[in-house]
Amino acid sequence: MPRPALRLAVELDGDGAHPAAWRRAAHAPAELLTPRRIARTAAAAENAGFTLVTLDDSILPPSSGAGPVGRIGAVERAAFVAAATSVVGVAPVVATTYAEPFHVSSQLSSLDHVSAGRAGWVVGTEEDPTAARAWGRPLVEGPEALAREARDGLRVVRDLWDSWEDDAVIRSVATSRYLDRERLHAIDFEGETYSVKGPSIVPRPPQGRPVVLARQDLVPAELTDVALVGGTTAAETGAAGEAAKAAGVPLAFAEIEVALDTPRESARERIADLERYSPWEERPDRLRYSGSAEGLVALLAELAAHVDGVRLLPLVLDEDLSVLSRLVLPELFVRRLATRPLPGTTLRTSLGLPRPVSRFATDTDAVSATPAALVREETR
Amino acid sequence: MTRTDPTDVPRPDAQLHFGVFFQGVNHWTIWSDPASGSQIDPASFLRVARTAERGLFDAFFLGDGQRLRESEGGIHELDVAGRPDSITQLSALAAATDRIGLVSTSNTTYNEPADLARRLAGLDLLSGGRAGWNMVTTHNAWTGENFRRGGFLDHADRYTRAEEFLTVARSVWNGWSEEAVAASADARSWSVPGAVGRVRSRGAHFDVDLAPTLPRSTQGHPVIFQAGDSGEGRDFGARNADVIFSAHGLDFDDALGFAEDVRRRLRAVGRPEDALRILPGTEIIIGATEKEAEEKARWVRLEQVTPAVALGIAGRLWNIDLSGRDADGPLPAEDPVIVEYTGKFGSSRFRDTLATVAEWRAKAEANGWSLREAVIELGPQRGHVGTPAGLAEKFARFVRYGAVDGFNVSPYLVPEGLDDIVDLLVPALQERGVYRTAYTGTTLREHLGLAPVE
Ligand SMILES: Cc1cc2nc3c(=O)[nH]c(=O)nc-3n(C[C@H](O)[C@H](O)[C@H](O)COP(=O)(O)O)c2cc1C
Repeated sequence: MPRPALRLAVELDGDGAHPAAWRRAAHAPAELLTPRRIARTAAAAENAGFTLVTLDDSILPPSSGAGPVGRIGAVERAAFVAAATSVVGVAPVVATTYAEPFHVSSQLSSLDHVSAGRAGWVVGTEEDPTAARAWGRPLVEGPEALAREARDGLRVVRDLWDSWEDDAVIRSVATSRYLDRERLHAIDFEGETYSVKGPSIVPRPPQGRPVVLARQDLVPAELTDVALVGGTTAAETGAAGEAAKAAGVPLAFAEIEVALDTPRESARERIADLERYSPWEERPDRLRYSGSAEGLVALLAELAAHVDGVRLLPLVLDEDLSVLSRLVLPELFVRRLATRPLPGTTLRTSLGLPRPVSRFATDTDAVSATPAALVREETR
Repeated sequence: MTRTDPTDVPRPDAQLHFGVFFQGVNHWTIWSDPASGSQIDPASFLRVARTAERGLFDAFFLGDGQRLRESEGGIHELDVAGRPDSITQLSALAAATDRIGLVSTSNTTYNEPADLARRLAGLDLLSGGRAGWNMVTTHNAWTGENFRRGGFLDHADRYTRAEEFLTVARSVWNGWSEEAVAASADARSWSVPGAVGRVRSRGAHFDVDLAPTLPRSTQGHPVIFQAGDSGEGRDFGARNADVIFSAHGLDFDDALGFAEDVRRRLRAVGRPEDALRILPGTEIIIGATEKEAEEKARWVRLEQVTPAVALGIAGRLWNIDLSGRDADGPLPAEDPVIVEYTGKFGSSRFRDTLATVAEWRAKAEANGWSLREAVIELGPQRGHVGTPAGLAEKFARFVRYGAVDGFNVSPYLVPEGLDDIVDLLVPALQERGVYRTAYTGTTLREHLGLAPVE
């Protein structure tokens, strides 16, 4: 049975995936940190037909070497991008390693409100120990502790999203009540390192829960909407996608770093140019593609049998994004290998994900429902 | 009635500044009226911000509260509640507005300086230098239950933490020198060598070491607002603030007394008297005639103080559950129950219960007030009421005599509540030469007429 067409995401942080990408950017270096640049890049991705843009982040500078050391916080950029676009989903990277999960929940919930249901969250982690010094918090060290803070943070954030049922605001003039307290819930989270009372200060997000994207080794499958998978070959990547779905994650997206031939230079030449400044380290959890637009289309066609979408990390945004939008995405759409998001719908709808009912819902319809009906129809 | 005005108007050319406070958690926002819109839909925020921008306001302002209010037995149900994270909401508004300042109330107890300073700086860059930060110090342990450290801070330490917080935040904002980024892609590195500093700070509250990740904005860094009213709060404001958001703006003498107190404190710390702006919070209720305005004010009060709200407020004073009683009847006959103030519930409590109850009884009896009328008349008086011309005259006097620099206006209706202020009052102020007729700057600091940061 053929799978539904691919959903396309693109990472828009900085000037591109290569640490020296800024050398080939089509703007003056300082322009990177301006609202104009951020809006323009997001508009290019939206017009190209991407379903989702992601925005990397850390409290630490993006480069410790000769690259950019400036970055506006991903949540702030995402909210700005949401207001400057109308269709594309927006997912900042946010780590709960040191941040307050209560604030993270409010921020992402608010992002979902300001975008009318287009918010996602790429669950991140602050692995570098110097992040603890920046935060002024006790060091979280080692894979186990990092995973604990990611998992607990995600649990708290999700529960807070659920802590207001959809219809908690009743505006009942007859009883003088704006809220129905029966539809608001303390979450009473007790973790190993902290506890959180709740409920949220923000009403339930339009999507119920913004879309959670995460690496499989970081958080449990049942808390994830989209697994971010990768490998060093297409076969490995496809297998990782299948494995994530077998583990129960609804969707799997392959992570692919891409460098494309442009009208003037080949991908190989462009990479070589940047390698003069710094190496582009390969990561075992990311596929890398360099070459022609047709070659990328062929790779994505191959992967489409195993994953539900891809997250592309372009070598240089100002160069690769335009090749993607002129040559790659149109071809994918024509061949029905990928779909565009529908205007006026939520990110969940574009991804084919149901809208979850609050886990605290007292509504009898929801409680008595069969698993398939655990999803309430989109009512926005 | 008022102190005699000096014959010379001390500030004949003074200009009034307006901010708008989009409220989210108390009974002053009327939700029962059909015109009342959503408290969370982005369209409501946009509508208010754009109306304020049309009215040449300095700032759009969001408050802060990190725990849903409770009344006995559970979540407080009677008032509007549920609001966005302020910096996230304002970052979206940055893309949808051009000139108006965007002020976030953010707490110094349940945030960390490197993170909050970075968020505010991001908002400042995204908005082209329009960000402000209203520093609040709420520290009760009840709010702390939503955070990793719980309620860790003593009342006595709230401002020492805030002050150290601000010191770290300022170092983060000033961490990059001007022209810190390479002029071209051929440079040796993206940042100019030596132009990006490090912030190392070790004090009683923070021990941090970080590399700031943002340049200064067009206005240098976010404008500092402060809203604490205790002596400590006022001293903190005098030392650190650009704007004081006060609760002294209704009565001329009270406002002038507050302003003179702030100026005294400014002099004591060696800052010039015009180093900060004083913007009291207020409602503004407008009618075509005085009578119409009074009738409207009466309607507003009755919508705000519903029978249930009146019983709730009186119940908190008496410490008795009064639900089910008749709000339009007399005050409760029984004596109040005295309990120790715990800082809980997040809604205001009364400090001196016995004296307050005695005063309420005496005044209700003298005026023949019902319980609800007593709550309306004796609760905090909220607003200026009048015709556009009358209010414009009054405000001109307030600002020219140095009692205020302007007002942070709380609309009682979202999102339409600002419309008549912008359409009727602003022109009346402009006619009298006390209100700008166009924005003359692009940053919040410029709107407020503050000196550039050095
Ligand atoms: C007009 C006004 C508005 C305030 N708004 C807030 C607010 O939105 N959130 C908050 O946590 N505290 C708010 N506060 C509280 C103060 O900022 C301060 O934290 C508190 O009053 C304790 O300080 P103090 O003892 O100096 O008054 C406000 C205070 C005033 C006077």
